[in-house]
Amino acid sequence: MKVSAIITLKKDVLDPQGKVIHQALDGMGFKDVNEVRQGKYFEIDVKENDPKKAQKIVEDMCNKLLANLVIENYKIIETQ
Amino acid sequence: MKSTVITFPGSNCDRDIHVALKKFGFNNKMVWHDDNELPKCDLVVLPGGFSYGDYLRCGSMAAKSKIMQSVINFAKSGGLVMGICNGFQILVETGLVPGVLLRNKYLEFICKNVFVKIDNKDNPYFKNIEKDVFEFHIAHNEGNYFCTKDQLKEIEDNNQVAIYYCSEKGKTEETFNPNGSIKNIAGIFNKEKNVLGMMPHPERMIDQSLSGEDGSLFFKNLINNIK
Repeated sequence: MKVSAIITLKKDVLDPQGKVIHQALDGMGFKDVNEVRQGKYFEIDVKENDPKKAQKIVEDMCNKLLANLVIENYKIIETQ
Repeated sequence: MKSTVITFPGSNCDRDIHVALKKFGFNNKMVWHDDNELPKCDLVVLPGGFSYGDYLRCGSMAAKSKIMQSVINFAKSGGLVMGICNGFQILVETGLVPGVLLRNKYLEFICKNVFVKIDNKDNPYFKNIEKDVFEFHIAHNEGNYFCTKDQLKEIEDNNQVAIYYCSEKGKTEETFNPNGSIKNIAGIFNKEKNVLGMMPHPERMIDQSLSGEDGSLFFKNLINNIK
């Protein structure tokens, strides 16, 4: 079963990459941007067919490795 | 005095620190990240470099490698563990020292000499050291120290800041902050002060022909403190 998770920076954490992307977009003529925040996306195929259990496994991975909870939040967005 | 340097895939300052430790009297052993047990020693150093290609987050993969459980146990039993540059990034990922190291504020890889001020000499690393301001070298892309407000309060209450970026005269102002690090922090201790993580490389300042000898003062003092 495939579980997707996204990792985003917490609100107060500076995101210099997001800022530069914002500037580049601005330079390209995308003038309607308030802010850009960059994150990570994981698609993990786990050997588990029960969606709840599969989700739990990936949550555990996020807590222990995929996210650094000092600066990042994670969210399981899809199981299929 | 015995020391151990851990080599991870992608470490590139492991031999430099080995040379520095040997020069000032340590009997140093290099240990591969995939080993299970640390040899008996007085000091463990996690060297600079790009362990595991900086994948996921700098230091995050190395923090989970096999030898690290033994390093964590050593640190928790009071052993001296020092992480330099990527070693500092590995230490924050293990949770042995608080906070994280973000991408430098202006997105540049910074490679230059900086001045740092020692904040606290009540620890095995800086006890008895004669100077307060040192010239060290930095070379990093992710050295922008960050922690939560609560963590910062705890760090300051416990005197856990080891060194601050500063001017040649020791002024710790924003102008002398190379990477956006919170409060100009260049290195911090754990609560017990036996674990030190810092971005600057003292091992690059051990010979006049390199670019200075402030690192020599640091290592000489360190071995005297351990004896």
